[in-house]
Amino acid sequence: MESGVKVWEVFVQKKSGLPFKHVGSCHGYDKKMAIQNARDLYTRRGEGRELWVVESNAIVSVPLDEADAFFDPGEDKIYRHATFYKIPEGVNHL
Amino acid sequence: MQPEGNWLLRAPSLRAKQVLLAKIQDEAGHGLYLYSVAETLGISRAEMVEQLHNQEAKYSSIFNYPTLTWADMGAVGWLVDGAAIVNQVSLQRTSYGPYSRGMVRICKEESFHQRQGYEIMVQMAFGTPEQKEMAQDALNRFWEPALMMFGPHDADSVHKNQSMDWKIKRESNDHLRQRFIDRTVPQAEYLGLTIPDVNLKLDPSTGSYTHSPFNWDEFWNVVNGNGPCNQERLDHHKKAHYDNAWVREAAAAYAEKVETSVA
Repeated sequence: MESGVKVWEVFVQKKSGLPFKHVGSCHGYDKKMAIQNARDLYTRRGEGRELWVVESNAIVSVPLDEADAFFDPGEDKIYRHATFYKIPEGVNHL
Repeated sequence: MQPEGNWLLRAPSLRAKQVLLAKIQDEAGHGLYLYSVAETLGISRAEMVEQLHNQEAKYSSIFNYPTLTWADMGAVGWLVDGAAIVNQVSLQRTSYGPYSRGMVRICKEESFHQRQGYEIMVQMAFGTPEQKEMAQDALNRFWEPALMMFGPHDADSVHKNQSMDWKIKRESNDHLRQRFIDRTVPQAEYLGLTIPDVNLKLDPSTGSYTHSPFNWDEFWNVVNGNGPCNQERLDHHKKAHYDNAWVREAAAAYAEKVETSVA
């Protein structure tokens, strides 16, 4: 079995000011190798001007089967939406 | 990429070598995209490499054919990458997100491969009579193997129903194969080359070409490991993997050192 190799998630920023976008993953033994492998794999044709790699194990996520309960508090508070409120007719810019 | 690797050190010009090198790098990348997609389903790359070496995992039957002349680099790019594109364009709409995104990237890169292949075919087909003969010979040898890349007849396709129901696969093998034939025949006509099928005929009512039945015995023979280069390809992969074990060990040792260092 292989030892020491890690999976890294790769994020590419296309242009300055745009958000970083997840593009896939790559392998690497250390940070430097990971970011160089990510460059070689995902930006061979000018796809980005900046790159992030994050160890896959470092990402915290919500297990799929717990997602409903986890996000439940956000579901029933309709007063958080602007459409909940009645505005008198003739009043503008609200 | 093993079929192309055979010609890297024998490319006829520096330009041809540069282009072939870039293509091979892309093909390695395509392998890695797909391994990464499979990893999102919970299997490790090391396990998949092990399955490849044990012959539990299959790979495309096309890689088991030898590349005998420089014209084969043309035929591989034109026909093999051309067939791959027809399949992969359809798979861009696959239902599994990571697979779909990988396919979008692959399609962008494959069209360069197909064009570089066709450029070689043009150079050979309009070159000396010997070059044209080499181009024809390459077409003769790669035509049917390229058609086989779409997999068995729909009626014999084991995974077809589930894959179609789950929308992993969007169009049937025979459907995609016909699309490839219809696109490729006029390209061969431009080259002045003859597709090695005497029954190939345009059906004006459908706009599609009819063709001879395929040699499915050959297909199953290659899929089951008895093609001309199956053993050679697998041996080469194993050798590269084991010969380079020291690189992986050194990388692991170095990573451990830099991560525990305080400076």
